[in-house]
Amino acid sequence: MSAPDVLLDVRELRKVYRTPAVLGRGGSEFVAVEGASFTVRRGETFGLIGESGSGKTTVGRMLLRLLDATSGYVEFDGYEVLRLAGPRLRDLRQRMQIVFQDSGSAFNPRLPVGEQVAFPMRKFRLHPESEIKSRVVDLLEHVGLWADQAQRYPHEFSGGQRQRLGIARALAAQPDFVVLDEPTSALDVSVQGQILNLLCDLQDERGLTLILISHNLAVIQHMCDHAAVMHEGHVVETGSVDELFGAPRSDITRQLLDAVLEPTAPAG
Amino acid sequence: MSSEIITSSGPATSPARVAGWQRRSQWGLAMRALRRDKVAVAALVVLVAVTLVAVLAPWISPYDPLVGDPRARLLPPGTPGHLLGLDGQGRDILSRLMWGGRYSLTVAVVPVVCAALLALVIGMASGYRGGRRGEAVMRVLDVVFAFPIVLFAIALAAVLGAGLVNTMVAVGITLVPYMSRVVYTSTVQESAKEYVEAARAAGATDLEILRKQLLPNVLSPLVVYGTTLAGLVIVLAAGLSFLGVGITPPAPDWGVMTADGRQVLLEGYAHVATVPGLVILVVALAFNLLGDGIRDALDPHKQTS
Repeated sequence: MSAPDVLLDVRELRKVYRTPAVLGRGGSEFVAVEGASFTVRRGETFGLIGESGSGKTTVGRMLLRLLDATSGYVEFDGYEVLRLAGPRLRDLRQRMQIVFQDSGSAFNPRLPVGEQVAFPMRKFRLHPESEIKSRVVDLLEHVGLWADQAQRYPHEFSGGQRQRLGIARALAAQPDFVVLDEPTSALDVSVQGQILNLLCDLQDERGLTLILISHNLAVIQHMCDHAAVMHEGHVVETGSVDELFGAPRSDITRQLLDAVLEPTAPAG
Repeated sequence: MSSEIITSSGPATSPARVAGWQRRSQWGLAMRALRRDKVAVAALVVLVAVTLVAVLAPWISPYDPLVGDPRARLLPPGTPGHLLGLDGQGRDILSRLMWGGRYSLTVAVVPVVCAALLALVIGMASGYRGGRRGEAVMRVLDVVFAFPIVLFAIALAAVLGAGLVNTMVAVGITLVPYMSRVVYTSTVQESAKEYVEAARAAGATDLEILRKQLLPNVLSPLVVYGTTLAGLVIVLAAGLSFLGVGITPPAPDWGVMTADGRQVLLEGYAHVATVPGLVILVVALAFNLLGDGIRDALDPHKQTS
């Protein structure tokens, strides 16, 4: 059992990709995530830090059951995430959402965005059908877009606007937990600040628990309470952001900190 | 595609703000884009005209396509009463062309549509979470790619025997691997995109993802490819008829007509083969140009509101 203020408990999470043997030639293994363990408290923002290929995105996908874990244990609010199936998995999906890094491919190019934001509402039967449209419009306006943009197609938006849409779509499910997978790394700095502030506001307002996946230490420092540092599939260090940044215990964390050019929080 | 979902939604709570939410369906936008493309419009006009003439042939063709006047054999185009001349058996070429559209267009469109439906099933089933089984299916289809398409169709048609239906079956089977490959490739490509994951995170089942997320994205390259293929198929079917394994004389198929003309080609009566040949060329070209137009029209980036 986890402590009551822990929303997410991840233990020894592992992901191995196997290339099967073909015609006598041996298969190979690639370990993407090796024994990742950390806990996330209710209402906090938890950072997953690491360079590209360190396995942080893979961890995020496994937590949401978008990718099957090879082994490990994930407990979310008392549910054993990796063992759920059928309607109970669906119920859990409503509570756990994701915002993607690449907003360009995060939306179906051939459906109006309003339709895509409405999808989780319909799927999880959160509102009667007659209310859906106005709910979508409310949500769009809430994240800083306009009502008449609901009928537009994804390519008609800028990267920052699409990221707002991504946030709107995640919130449409009324989740209490959202994984933010590098939500700002594809955006320019001023827009990054706006998006991060929007996320902060929404978190305060809705009591969301967030996992923020990022390689940008300034963003992590600005947003997170606790964080885990990943390197080549391993979690090398976890702790409060102050500890991690003030007195790093592992070489990896130190290297990441040294690599930062300008360790200031982004604008906003 | 999505319009059913939209129109079914009940009265909006704030009509002013949500008005016109879904008027712009994907296909509606595509039609508008297509209308601006002069070449595509011209191609479409040609195809519609040819189709109309073929459909109306029993009423508008000046002569019986099967009955000739032996005394008026091989008269050249421009002969009074016979605009495009007469063939080796004294049959009016214009009338035969009009009736021939019924065969040639049917042979062009029906196999393409049937093959496309089959390809959607094969391609999407193999491409979406198909893994190694899907790959295996595509490898089997690769074997078919090893044969030249025309040779494969000839072999099939020879096995099945001549006749309209058999020709369509032969051509249809020939097309399936090609169209499946197009569907498979775009299914694999699209399934890897994050909007599919987003749908899954929103609780969508595999069937919903296939139907609502992937189908619209897979369908448009297939429509483009199918339209272009229809042009090829006209030529292919004409070729089969020309070789005697397709539609059989005296049916006024364009390919059959071209074959008829071959016998008198070197005797100085070139029009008998050339006229139907030109019609095949124009219709095949129209299908190709329309395919190009549809491709541009379906590209969301090229559509404007």
